[in-house]
Amino acid sequence: MEKPVWIGGVGMISAIGNSVPEALQAIEQGKSGIGPMRWLPSAHKDVFPVAEVKLSNGDLADYTGMPCGITRTALLGVAAATEAFKSIEHLLHPTFKTGLLSATTVGGMDKTTHFFKEFLKNQSGGRLRNVVYHECGSPTELVAEKLGIRDFITTISTACSSSANSIMMAARMIQHGMLDVAIAGGVDALSTFTLNGFNTLMILDKAYCRPFDNSRNGLNLGEGAAFLVLLSESALKTMGIEPLCRISGWHNATDAYHQTASSPDGIGSCIAMRGALEKARLQPEDIGYINVHGTGTVNNDQSEGTAMKQIFGEKMPRFSSSKSFTGHTLGASGGLEAVLSVLALKHGLIYPNLRFSTPIEGLGLVPETHFQTGVDIRHVLSNSFGFGGNCTSLLFSKN
Amino acid sequence: MHTFIHGTGVIAPYLPGKDNPLPAPDSQPRLRCIEPDYKQLIDTRLLRRMSRVVRMGTAAALTSMKDACVEMPEAIITATAYGCTEDTETFLTKMIVQNEQMLTPTAFIQSTHNTIAGQIALMLKCHAYNNTFTHRAFSFEHALLDAMLLLQEGEISNVILGAVDEMQDTRFKILERFGLYKRAVQQGPWGDPAQRDSPGTIAGEGATFFVLSTSPPAASNICIKDVRTFFKPGDMQPNILAFLAEHHLKPSDIGLLLWGKNGDARYDGVYDETARGLFDTNPVFSFKRLCGEYPVATAYATWLAAFILQGREMPAGLLPAGLQAPGHVLIYNHFYNIHHSLILLSAC
Repeated sequence: MEKPVWIGGVGMISAIGNSVPEALQAIEQGKSGIGPMRWLPSAHKDVFPVAEVKLSNGDLADYTGMPCGITRTALLGVAAATEAFKSIEHLLHPTFKTGLLSATTVGGMDKTTHFFKEFLKNQSGGRLRNVVYHECGSPTELVAEKLGIRDFITTISTACSSSANSIMMAARMIQHGMLDVAIAGGVDALSTFTLNGFNTLMILDKAYCRPFDNSRNGLNLGEGAAFLVLLSESALKTMGIEPLCRISGWHNATDAYHQTASSPDGIGSCIAMRGALEKARLQPEDIGYINVHGTGTVNNDQSEGTAMKQIFGEKMPRFSSSKSFTGHTLGASGGLEAVLSVLALKHGLIYPNLRFSTPIEGLGLVPETHFQTGVDIRHVLSNSFGFGGNCTSLLFSKN
Repeated sequence: MHTFIHGTGVIAPYLPGKDNPLPAPDSQPRLRCIEPDYKQLIDTRLLRRMSRVVRMGTAAALTSMKDACVEMPEAIITATAYGCTEDTETFLTKMIVQNEQMLTPTAFIQSTHNTIAGQIALMLKCHAYNNTFTHRAFSFEHALLDAMLLLQEGEISNVILGAVDEMQDTRFKILERFGLYKRAVQQGPWGDPAQRDSPGTIAGEGATFFVLSTSPPAASNICIKDVRTFFKPGDMQPNILAFLAEHHLKPSDIGLLLWGKNGDARYDGVYDETARGLFDTNPVFSFKRLCGEYPVATAYATWLAAFILQGREMPAGLLPAGLQAPGHVLIYNHFYNIHHSLILLSAC
């Protein structure tokens, strides 16, 4: 029997709220966080809707007690990590080894862009304080120092599956006895770099995204951060708290089809989902809900849906894409969706997939469209797939 | 359980060989990689689209696989602190200059930190585990840790592990403004950094790949025993003693200490303070004289440690006098006194 890894707390900030209770309320009310661009300084302001966190950098600095000149990535990271950490911080034993495992795709790119505008005019131009947080590890260290975590600090970057991989690494390190407590997840702030990059790939929808709908035509970018508190069995006992659930399975695989597109048969996602089930020693019919990757691009949903059909056949579990609320938050998405999966399990919740009307031709998959409570769910699967073919599935189970 | 090195692939400013000169900075304080003829390793159609850092990474990875006679890896793990800077800069520049109009996707696609790991998987059609660590001067150490954990978990028998960072002109200019590099550069090979007494270091770069396995290869018994990172640790002495004790070793058992002195008078004293009383009589070598300073330089040090442990020939007079077959090599690195790390290699 493998050592269990428990989930002891969660925290998230996204376009649908600055905390977990705010996010759940927005979902219950069917309020999407996607809307016109307000803070991101882009030439495409009136063209593409985005899912921004509804706080300026100044507001975020006040909210987190951090200086406002730092990268938005760190401000978002501190907000979510603090919410997760504060639920257990007072229970930490001095002998516990505690780690922070974060993930991001572009680190402090928001500030770097400001720097680079001046630098391009003149190589002695641009304020160095705007480029000092560029590296992916830099926002992680600001979060670690704010929380006072020293024992293990790392950052993973595997595009849109980044934070699923940081959560997986945290679970493995706890199983290996290297950590007692791990704060794991990820963060990305919106940046014009990413917005323009996705625009060149022609996968941004000018309308609100419609995951798994036949008329889907691309994704909406979002921003946010989410962290989970992972605990070893002995840490849980010492702390004497009731866990939210446990992380029972995980698997990382590669699609190896194209640098940015998913294979038509979804081989990478199929291996990831099967691997997570195998790790948890579960059968497909044990799964009560899938929080799908579901970006709303023609390619992803076709590929992911095909893989799901290969595994679940006609007995498709309930599923939905929370990106219809939060947008695609890239390096944070695996974390946000892991938090929502944990809450679905704990409270018996099913989240609606907004703006769905017609199933994808040839697949016929119908996501959940209504918010439901009191549903008996024992196991939840969360999918995260990314550029480079990186596919990771996480599985959460009731105690 | 030991982690054995089955193959290596290295692109660096210096590789030991009788005709290879010791690395010397040119007009700038930086050591540049000596790059292979990539056409011998990578399809020219693929090569045309690859930036320099992706070429370096994929070429080193393919070389390590050839060296280990592995055709299909069971996991691919990379480390990069800087990522794909050239493509990031290209896209960022065009985006600013063209006011976010008329952009093309290639540079963006290849700007993500997982580009190299993804590219290797794509070339090999490898569906296995794939991960990329990008945490400054912990990147390689944590990728190595991930590889060792995967092998311990026992579901796979080999891992391709690599670390890549390139020093490209723009990054060099920006880091130079932070005061990281020496102002004046002497001509000729860079001597022992330990003997320098001015602020700043000399920038480096490299791509270093390993094929790792839990079973020993036929011709070698070199293994990586352990790796550990310490964030702003203060006094490292107790950490080193505890780390060695976990492997039933004392400082005197370390046949060679590879430390990360980089010639920056502001930070090299940390090595002296840490070593004082622990490693007073051990042979010591500053590996950055061969590769320069960069966040994943410890990957090159790991390769160098394995090379020396195998008893392979280094140029006369380079290594400390009286160095015998060392048995255990300890790599101790710190990056601006923030990121400290230890890696232990042994002849098992």
